[in-house]
Order: sequence, then C-alpha cells, then structure tokens
Amino acid sequence: MAELLEVRNLVKHFPVTRGVLFKKTVGHVRAVDGVSFTLAAGETLGVVGESGCGKSTLAQVLMMLEPPTAGEALFEGRPMFAMRGNALRDLRRNMQIVLQDPYTSLNPRMTVGDIVGEPFEIHPEVAPRGSRAARVRELLDVVGLNPEHINRYPHQFSGGQRQRIGIARALALRPKVIVCDEPVSALDVSIQAQVMNLLRELQGEFGLAYVFIAHDLSVVRHLSDRVAVMYLGKIVEIGTEDEIYRHPTHPYTQALLSAVPVADPALRGQRDVIRLTGDVPSPIDPPSGCRFRTRCWKAQDVCAEQEPALVDRGGHPSACHFAEERSVVP
Amino acid sequence: MTALLEVEDLHVEFRTRDGVARVLNGVGYHVDAGETLAVLGESGSGKSVTAQTVMGILDTPPAYVMRGAVRFHGEDLLSATAERRREVRGEGIAMIFQDALSALNPVFTVGFQIEEQLRLRRGMSRSEARKRAVELLDLVRIPHARQRVREYPHQFSGGMRQRAMIAMSLALDPEVLIADEPTTALDVTVQAQIMDLLAEIQRERHMGLVLITHDLGVVAEVADRIVVMYAGRIVEQADAVSLFRSPGHPYTEALMKSLPRLDAKGTTLDTIKGLPPSLLRIPPGCPFHPRCPRAEAVCSVDVPPQERLGFGRTSACHFAEEVLNG
Repeated sequence: MAELLEVRNLVKHFPVTRGVLFKKTVGHVRAVDGVSFTLAAGETLGVVGESGCGKSTLAQVLMMLEPPTAGEALFEGRPMFAMRGNALRDLRRNMQIVLQDPYTSLNPRMTVGDIVGEPFEIHPEVAPRGSRAARVRELLDVVGLNPEHINRYPHQFSGGQRQRIGIARALALRPKVIVCDEPVSALDVSIQAQVMNLLRELQGEFGLAYVFIAHDLSVVRHLSDRVAVMYLGKIVEIGTEDEIYRHPTHPYTQALLSAVPVADPALRGQRDVIRLTGDVPSPIDPPSGCRFRTRCWKAQDVCAEQEPALVDRGGHPSACHFAEERSVVP
Repeated sequence: MTALLEVEDLHVEFRTRDGVARVLNGVGYHVDAGETLAVLGESGSGKSVTAQTVMGILDTPPAYVMRGAVRFHGEDLLSATAERRREVRGEGIAMIFQDALSALNPVFTVGFQIEEQLRLRRGMSRSEARKRAVELLDLVRIPHARQRVREYPHQFSGGMRQRAMIAMSLALDPEVLIADEPTTALDVTVQAQIMDLLAEIQRERHMGLVLITHDLGVVAEVADRIVVMYAGRIVEQADAVSLFRSPGHPYTEALMKSLPRLDAKGTTLDTIKGLPPSLLRIPPGCPFHPRCPRAEAVCSVDVPPQERLGFGRTSACHFAEEVLNG
C-alpha cells in the first residue's frame, strides 16, 4: 500500500547564539535529530515523549512552518520541502494542523465564521464565495457546534468548544492529513473524552490520517494504530499500538509506561514500576552513543561508544543494544 | 476527637463585573495527621479556592467568605487575627503550588527564599539558615545542594524547582501540607519521582497531606481518602479503594468511564454530555443534574443532602444507594 507521507532522516537544529551586535553561534539545539517514519492514508501515528523530546518541532517542520536542517519528506511520493507555487499550495491544502492551546490559537477579533472560513480565502476553489457561509455552518455542525453560533467570538466558547473550532478550521479544506499537536492536553477529563471521540468519528467519516502528538500515553493508545516514542530528538521505538504498549523493548518506553499512574488503588505496590533518576539531558549537548544511557539501568560501555540503530529487534524497531521485552502495563 | 484540619460548610463568592460567582457552596472535609486526603475535581470545581481559603491567601475583593469555618486543632482560623494566621501559615499549614516557576521569586536565589522564613520566624543567623537550607535541599534530593543553594530558580529544571518548593514548604516543619496540582506541569517520569518524595516525607513526618488534583491516576496511587468536588460542592467522599471499586455518585462514575485507559485500546469513550455549569448561574437542585444520565424530576428541584453510605462514605445524590449498587 502506498504511503501518504514518508519522512526520512529529518533533522532540525536551532542555533544558540551569544552576543548582541556580532551574533556568534555557540551551539545547536538538536530538537529533531534524524527521524524517519511513514504514514498511510486513514491511519493514526501517535508520537509520544516528554517535554523537549522534539515532538512539537517535528509538527512544525512537517507543516513547513520551520524549514528542516536536513532530511526529506515525501507526500504521495513527491518531495515536500522542494515544493513551490501551486504544488506547495496543493500540499498545504492536504496537510492541516490542530494546535494545543485553544485560547491562543484562535484570533480573538475574528468571528467563528471568519476563523473557520479563512482557509477558503487562500483556496477559493474549495468553496466558491457564495457557498462559503453554508459550508462553514456545515463544518460547525460536523464538529458538534451549533451552526447558529457562526457570528460569535472565540471568548464566548468554552475550552472544549474552542478546540472544536480549531478542528473545524483544520477540516475546512478537506485535507488528507491532520497533524494534532497535543489537542486534548489543555482540556478537562470530561471534555477530553468528547474531543477524542470527535477525532475518531471524523477519521472514519473523512478517511483522515492523523499524526497525533501527545505526552499522555493513555490518550495516545486510545487513538493510535501505530506509535513512535521519542527521546531527545530521536525515535527510540516504533511499532503498532499493541507492540509498544504490550511488548515494549526499549528501556525508555518501559520506564515511561510504568511511570503512568493507574486509576486502580488495588494495584498499589503490586506493579512493576521503573523509577528513572535525574532529568532529561540538554539537547544542546546530548550524551554520546545512546542518548538515554545516562538514565538507563542497562547502560554498558558500548552504549556510550555506539549509537544503537532503530532496527527490528524482537518484532519491531527499537533503538537499544539490549532491547528485551518487558511487560509493564497491568 | 478534633481533626488536625477541618473545613466546615464553607461558602465563598467572587463578586465580579458579570455578577456574583458562587465558587464554594458548602464545602467540608477534614484531614488527620499521617493521612493523605485527595481533593479531586475539574477546573472551576473550587478545589483550589478551598485551599486558598484555608491558607488565608484569597484576595478580597473579589473573594468573600460568606459562611463556614476552617479549624486547625479545633481553632477557627477565619475568625483569628492576621498575626495568628501568619503564625499558622508555614508552621501549621504549608502549601505548594502547581507552577513552581511563578511561585518562586526569580530575583532571589533559591537558598535565600528558604532562609528568609528561617531567619524571620526562627531567628536563625545567616549561616545557621544557610546550613539548614542545604539540609532541606538534601532532604528533597537535590544533587550538589551546597552549590545549588546559591542558584536562581531559572537555573533549575521543572522537577528540581518543584523539589525546591517542597523544601521551602518544609522549612518550618508544618503539620499539614497542601499540595495544589504539584505534578501537573511535570513529565510522567518526573511526576513519579515527586509523588514518591511527597509520600516518603509525609510518612516520615506523620504530616497530614491534602493533595489537590484532577488526575484520577495520581489519586489512585497515593490517597487514603478522596473527596470529589463539582461546582463548589463536595459530591462524594470515600476511602480510595471503595471509591474506585464502586463510585457512589453519578459524576464520579461518569468521570471514571470517560478516562482513556493505558491497559486497553478502547473504541468510543463514554462522555459526560454538556459542560460544567457557569458559577454565575448554577442550576437549581443538584448542580450536576443537566449532565446526569440518572436525573429525574426531583433532581432539578431539591439540592441532594449528603447521603450516608456506610464506612464513612457520603454521596450528595438523591439516588446514591442505587448508584452504589450499580
């Protein structure tokens, strides 16, 4: 089956500068440092990792909001980063983004109708001028908002409703891929479930593919077909939802999963919990070899000398010299 | 026996330009020494405002305490003098906050901020206070405490800042520690470290711990007892094990069902329809009735009383027994 999106060795470094007048580059933040994955039509790839692992930078580069430092991405087989003019406009139509914070990602001075309809200004071929209002109403209805509220402003909506506005905007151009960057993490539990159900329904209805970025492992499991685990700019393990959650082989994935508190007091003290020590190292000067070795209980000399490749080890790709299955989710 | 800390029938309103928001509508709970009480609720449920009332750090205006009592060893703090309240703050009851970066003062070193209270309240000299600050940072396992005591908050990572704030809150050996979403801003691996640390310190010092959170997972891991809040009321209270085994209020039940699970890939999540009510216009009767799957006519008329369910459990639902028995 043809891949919709194929990312090869994507790198994004941000320069760190010193001085005001004569800015001198003194280092680089290696936010994304060689990431490869594929995404099929109608599929959800979950990307999990802790703050600073590069998951949001990945979203920015995929959306071409930031130019990549190196690497390639193919959309339907054509290199994305070289696209200009009409090809690029076409690509942007097909790839949309939903952002984390529904309070800052909507312009407070625009009505909901203007926000959701704005994409049509740039892509008039999708909805001719006369039919726009009707199309916007339809979109509001699809995401579960009252179409009568088309003339209201963002502040008149709750957080969950605002996130629905953001989703309607992303849907406006009938894209093939939506990158969701922490779309539910700012929402309360009872509202989070509503938005997650909506994302799932829309996927079924419109055949959307999602790149679903989140730090909440339960949320990611719920929505994803495949999952990539990131640590310090690299994917350390990638596989199907079942492979990652039931048969994780990378120590970081295992530690991450075991650290999630489980809503069942009966399991207190009975779970296999791996406690990591220390913090994530700085992405400006990541550890040599395996980046996780400074916090890993399995680390040996080879881990500092040789970077483990992300290759199939025991069923699915895992970037650990000592990859071994360990089931940590009860 | 008097409880270590007891909140009774607390009513707080916020007078805003848009009207009066009834933020707390009769909140009561208690915590004893060595016990962990979790206060569970979503945004706007009043869990933080209750804590701020206990600490006496609400701003008036807009906040007004209309009724109720906060008793520490039986002494009502709401009617105490400002001086007495200051004494209790820090020494009797201390509090840590969600966002350590904004809770710490950016222009003073971490050490200075810990030492300040020791010098003012304990009359320690600079060098004594410094020595104690280093011990406290050691206690919360900040590596190289001797050097780090001289650093500023921005030089600390998120987890380290939270540790520094815990150290600061322990400086005057409080009997009760209120932790308001202490790990919400942290990553899961760091969250686990901080929760372990809090549990250990609580055990060693036999403190009462009030843990305010929206995270059912965190609650399940550490709480002895749980109170669930909704729209400024306590809708249910129970010990942790029985609450998770069989919730006694439809809101608690619905909250648990709407949670995506780590141990299974679900299909469609059960949701709670609608939104939490605006505190400017709380619905009559049970505040949860417009969203409740079990609501009947009586629910929109009568405010349900705290129904006793045995084993110290209560539920503010007209159909509490039925909810409990499934």
